Amino acid sequence: MNTGEGFRRRGRYELVFLLLAAALVGITILNINIGSVPIPMGEILRILFRRATDAKQYAIIWNIRLPRILMAAILGGALSLSGFLLQNFFGNPIAGPFVLGISSGAKMVVAITMIFFMGKLGYVSSYALIIAAFAGSMMSVGFILLMSRRLKHMAVLLVGGIMIGYICSAVTDFIVTFAEESDIVNLRGWSLGSFSGMSWENVAVAAVVVGITSVAVFMMAKPIGAYQLGEAYAQSMGVNIKAFRIALILLSSVLSATVTAFAGPISFVGIAVPHLIKRALNTSKPLIVIPATFLGGAVFCMACDLIARTAFAPTELNISTVTSVFGAPVVIVMMLKRNSGR
Amino acid sequence: MGQYYFSTQQLTVGYDGVPLIKDIEINIEKGEIVTLIGPNGSGKSTILKSITRQLKTIAGTVEIGGEELKKISYKNLSTKLAVVLTERMKPELMTCRDIVATGRYPYTGRLGILSAEDEVQVEEAMKAVHALDLASRDFNAISDGQRQRVLLARAICQDPEIIILDEPTSFLDIRHKLQLLSILRGMAKKKGITVIMSLHEIDLAQKISDKIVCVKGDHISRFGAPEDIFDSETVRNLYSLDQGSYDPVFGSIELPKPEGTPKTFVICGAGTGIPVFRQLQKANVPFIAGILYSNDIDCQLARQLAAETIEVQPFQPISPETCRLALQRMKQCDTVINARPPLGEYNQPVAELIQHAKTMEGYREL
Repeated sequence: MNTGEGFRRRGRYELVFLLLAAALVGITILNINIGSVPIPMGEILRILFRRATDAKQYAIIWNIRLPRILMAAILGGALSLSGFLLQNFFGNPIAGPFVLGISSGAKMVVAITMIFFMGKLGYVSSYALIIAAFAGSMMSVGFILLMSRRLKHMAVLLVGGIMIGYICSAVTDFIVTFAEESDIVNLRGWSLGSFSGMSWENVAVAAVVVGITSVAVFMMAKPIGAYQLGEAYAQSMGVNIKAFRIALILLSSVLSATVTAFAGPISFVGIAVPHLIKRALNTSKPLIVIPATFLGGAVFCMACDLIARTAFAPTELNISTVTSVFGAPVVIVMMLKRNSGR
Repeated sequence: MGQYYFSTQQLTVGYDGVPLIKDIEINIEKGEIVTLIGPNGSGKSTILKSITRQLKTIAGTVEIGGEELKKISYKNLSTKLAVVLTERMKPELMTCRDIVATGRYPYTGRLGILSAEDEVQVEEAMKAVHALDLASRDFNAISDGQRQRVLLARAICQDPEIIILDEPTSFLDIRHKLQLLSILRGMAKKKGITVIMSLHEIDLAQKISDKIVCVKGDHISRFGAPEDIFDSETVRNLYSLDQGSYDPVFGSIELPKPEGTPKTFVICGAGTGIPVFRQLQKANVPFIAGILYSNDIDCQLARQLAAETIEVQPFQPISPETCRLALQRMKQCDTVINARPPLGEYNQPVAELIQHAKTMEGYREL
């Protein structure tokens, strides 16, 4: 773009990315620093780079806080991106993995898988959880797509999604209630959503799955941009609509399934973050919005996790409790503005 | 079918395998403007959707540039064919320039980043539709007319050989209609871009199109040059007009003539009668108009509106029989309106008719 307008826009993008990067660094440091055992800045650097001194602090950072922080970042980004994809897929800004019941579907199948594997083997691999979550996601997605053929109205579709969510949650509660005591210990916290108790193995698996999927999403920025003008226009620009829609829904499901597999269902992030990011950038161009949404989701979830961990320490809040407090008002404001604007 | 740029053979279109319109045979040369006309729900959009591949065709073939449509990949098709659709798009946070730039989609790389060359094309397309001043406006915040122009710029930007537009003039006021159509005509004639569109305004269709396709019932009722298509019968049949009439000369539409035995006579000529006809029409008064040369502009309208028109051949003296007929008809009327036609050496009988009318009780002069 050779106009002043173009420069102004680019400046705005750069500023938003800089702010997001700064926030990411800032929150990471705060997250390492704050906790039941506060660790001063100097100590953190020494532990991170020289791997020395106090063994207890070293263990806290390397075994507890760091994996948890990384996981919040990876999964937060994945969740936001998943929401962004669903919003484009349905052409509705209020679509997201949580409201459409996709997270709950994943949760149900993961709960069943966990209880089954724990009972038989006493151990569940990360990949098995992701696959279970993906199967659950696809089940919910399948229902929603079936409904969307019949119901053209978006509001009805959302209500349908919410109903699916309730049904899946009811089944999950039922299973959890009747599961054996030893299994529940793990399930309770997870089924409400939490970043706690992450291992390095979890982090590695999540990083690989989310990393590959996110790159694939970024490579789809161009057709997503065309799709924003509507199906017919996208097709006239040369997008193979069928293949594109399948790819979009699969990528989105992989992302939200990974999140649910490790951290349980997390609400509102998928709607609020893409919306805030688009507002901040003042564009919906996927090429710019996709990386910014990932970053934004990471920052948002890390911040929410920090609050969940520390606000009422030593009691820890569910991550969804915190994301709802911050995310839901954003969604409400967004809906109000949308209606008054039309 | 070598010489035609676009052609269909025995094309059958419809929804979900149910045929709606059968045996469509259309042949179009490069740079022609072709307009589909027909009543609402006749299937104009269905045909357009089928030839842009949004709908599966049921039978027959469509050829573009010598290739069969089904065999062209979506990607290749996108460099040949661009569309302007009726469906309302509501993009989020996109400027008009962003919208136009999406037209460059087939030409950009993996990530869709515009090159300097693409930017120039975007700029030129916006200039062509007089939309440069809209470039940085939000697409959702502009008027329908502006939106239609931006969408046309988007299509132009796609650098197609053929543009297909579904009712591009709906929602537009008269000024924007004319503007849009003249842009289309310029494009077709200067760049040789073929245009296929559907229009509601048959008068405009007649004036802009090289070929007209009449869609009615389950087939194409007529296909050909507007000169051949537009007689008042075809239009009446196409739209099942049982009221009112269509004047093929000017492409104007008239309400039905007042019913009943005419009791009003209008003496007019050279355009003096038109306002009187319209007044009488609105007051629902049937009337006779005369004496009019058949090339008189009054005569053109009188044929549509008057119960009877007393007509004579141009460039010939008015015959005594015609004079007698006019006088006889006038005497049967209660009211005679003199619209004060120009009088001269060659229409003396009209002057005499006026002299006679002045003696009548119901005589009025404008």
